[in-house]
Amino acid sequence: MTSISSGAQDIVLRLDRITKRFGALTANDAISLDLRRGEVIALLGENGAGKTTLMNILFGQYTADEGSVQVFGKPLPPGNPRAALAAGLGMVHQHFTLADNLTVLENIQLGTVPLWRFSLKGTAARAKLARLMNDFGLRVDPDALVGSLTVGERQRVEILKALYRDARILILDEPTAVLTPQESEALFDTLRRAVKAGLSVIFISHKLHEVTALSSRVLVLRHGRLVGEVATRDTDRHALAELMVGAEVTLPSVAPGLPGPALLTLRDVTTRSMGAAPGLKSVSLALRAGQITGLAGVSGNGQSALSDLISGLLTPETGALELDFAAAAWSPRAAVAAGIARIPEDRHKTGTIADFSLTENAILETYAQAPFSRNGLMNWRAAEDHTRKLIDTYDVRCPGPSGPIRQLSGGNMQKLILGRVLELGPKIVLANQPVRGLDIGAITYVHGRLLAARDAGAAVLLISEDLDEIMGLSDVIHVMSEGRLSPEFRRGALTAAELGLWMAGQGFSDAA
Amino acid sequence: MRLEPIANPSLARSLGFPALAICVTVLVASGLAAIAGGNPLQTLGLIVQGAAGSKFALLETLNRATPLIFTGLAIAVAFRAKLWNIGAEAQLYGGAIVTVILGTSALSNFGGAALPLIALGAMLAGAVVLLVPVMLKTRYGVDEVVTTLLLNFIMLLLVSYLLEGPMKDPMGMGWPKSAPLDKDLRLPRIVAGLRLHWGFGLALISAALIWFLQTRTTLGYEMRAVGFNPQAARFAGIPLNRVLVKTALLSGGLAALAGFSEVAGLKGHLSLDLSPGFGYTGIIVAMLALLHPLGVVISAIFVAGIFVGADSMSRAAQVPTYIADMLLATALLLMVLAIGLTKYRMVRG
Repeated sequence: MTSISSGAQDIVLRLDRITKRFGALTANDAISLDLRRGEVIALLGENGAGKTTLMNILFGQYTADEGSVQVFGKPLPPGNPRAALAAGLGMVHQHFTLADNLTVLENIQLGTVPLWRFSLKGTAARAKLARLMNDFGLRVDPDALVGSLTVGERQRVEILKALYRDARILILDEPTAVLTPQESEALFDTLRRAVKAGLSVIFISHKLHEVTALSSRVLVLRHGRLVGEVATRDTDRHALAELMVGAEVTLPSVAPGLPGPALLTLRDVTTRSMGAAPGLKSVSLALRAGQITGLAGVSGNGQSALSDLISGLLTPETGALELDFAAAAWSPRAAVAAGIARIPEDRHKTGTIADFSLTENAILETYAQAPFSRNGLMNWRAAEDHTRKLIDTYDVRCPGPSGPIRQLSGGNMQKLILGRVLELGPKIVLANQPVRGLDIGAITYVHGRLLAARDAGAAVLLISEDLDEIMGLSDVIHVMSEGRLSPEFRRGALTAAELGLWMAGQGFSDAA
Repeated sequence: MRLEPIANPSLARSLGFPALAICVTVLVASGLAAIAGGNPLQTLGLIVQGAAGSKFALLETLNRATPLIFTGLAIAVAFRAKLWNIGAEAQLYGGAIVTVILGTSALSNFGGAALPLIALGAMLAGAVVLLVPVMLKTRYGVDEVVTTLLLNFIMLLLVSYLLEGPMKDPMGMGWPKSAPLDKDLRLPRIVAGLRLHWGFGLALISAALIWFLQTRTTLGYEMRAVGFNPQAARFAGIPLNRVLVKTALLSGGLAALAGFSEVAGLKGHLSLDLSPGFGYTGIIVAMLALLHPLGVVISAIFVAGIFVGADSMSRAAQVPTYIADMLLATALLLMVLAIGLTKYRMVRG
């Protein structure tokens, strides 16, 4: 019993039977956890497992229905973000909360200085920041505008912001989602230093290799319940994956495709940059029939421009986009007519209309054609029959075709989009982040459908930030960095680390 | 305090909050009446009586509702496609001007048979008045809220110029009003001897047609898609600008019908007081109806009833008619709040 009492002093954060319900859904079901001084614990779970809800309760965004939180032995008042900050909790969100038009120093001071102070330029603040950068190996120019920083640098600013507020407990939500493998390694180094300095870290992720590389303990959440707590050295990735999903996981072995002729060719295409996102810089690319072309890269490196170009939203400034289809003008409608199945990156904002029913969403691309539209009148019966067919064929779990699409889960929404575009028998499939935010069941389904489209002779372009997904599915791989496209690599020709170097911009011939 | 969306609001919630809004509106109106020196219950009773207490009162209310149905529909159609048309007043006057020009031209020789043609001409004028700001929006990204709003004043000044100059009635004893339409060109009355004219019938037909357009036609589907999510609509291949232009033509045309119906059905001539702000009140009508075309008919009659009732009340009870404006403003604000509360709940923290 003595060991427990000495250990109890080391406990910096204790969650006790936290329960949170949203209507019929129990997002967190009596979750308890202890975090000790100087340790990294990983919170592992699929999307929708309750990780984010738990952290929102910790930070006072939500109030728990039951249970309590103790920080450094003192109870944390519920529903009070300021109290959480004052108690020494620091959060690095997946989506950064920085002001682009302010400098690094200004961003870090934001919210720590009283409103009526005229100037933010304190020498004390500068000195404190310099000390933190030294201690934790986080190098950023304090006077640089945040808008001019890379994603990796912005994340460092987020961490510095938390440290500047004297956070003793750092919580990182999916911190590597936007980083190259090399940047991730640098982040891990920083976190190891932080732990040595006496901080404690909660690391939220669904990437197993990161979890095993960094943490001392892993807590696995599934459907809002804590289903496992294991010491990292006593487990392996396979066992963790099973815990996370709740079933045996078998990774599909993907047979190589049989490449045919190029169905879509880009010749030296350059496009205008859109705000902070770069345009394409003389990109040449051939999408071949019966082949999945994977496009790896850190997001925001020109993938959107390429995707918009093929979707018909963007036209090349110079260079040419060649199809065996002659369109008067390149437009989304022309792209659909050319047989391009487009699965957009953001299914909520671009892929569907939330206020529309499943039926109205299912015919978004074909509403103007018979049988859905004749002489300017809609034939809703035909549209509904079509939607019913899609729901059956693509296993969309929903109350029915006339219900609003906003009530569907991400996976079912994506299945309806898949049905909408694949049912047209496309020649080219553009899949931009097709499985982002989906659970493993839906991921397997989407990947299966993409492979089936490939085997039916379609040319598939798969854009993803997840290197594992790219390497597992693609027949050939390109890497994008700052709008430039790498040469084509056959699957297995490069290791993840080598691809990571390309992602970081090394190896491109033009030193732009 | 934060708002949390409710997935499936209960029936009690969906009806309770709007009902509460009506109760609070009545309370506020009573308070206002008391401040103005009237007996609250008597004042409210007189408003109801003045709006619907007799056949004459009811027909007067429907009469006043007619232009509001047209402008309400114009706003509802435009807002549904997220086209912020604040200029129904300008389009109304555009329609009225053309109605008078055509109605005093050689066309009047054809008698009542020319009325459909005049209505069409008026619609075209209203459409053009809205087309200008919409083209500026689709071509150059100029915010249509500003341009349509400012056009209201430009159109009023144009009408003022026309009535002092080219369109001035030579027999008008110097008053700034136009020559009257020929007797044959007046919209016939629905009930002989009372002021309700067929403009009201045309308004009801328009509402039904707009409802049909929005739910059953391809253009209606496009308009709703563009309004609900322009980004997804554009991605799917719906031609945004073309849909906006068509929406503008329809919205401007509907607002112009208010001008046509007021001139040809009620006043018989054009004057600067043709519309006491029907274009602006149309916004309230459309919002209260949640942009539903059939709801517009009901909310237009409700709004018209309050105005007509307040007019009659102020004659009897010496309480100023401004109470109607305050009542409507209160009703609108509380109703918007109530509708929000049926969909969201407030959470502490």
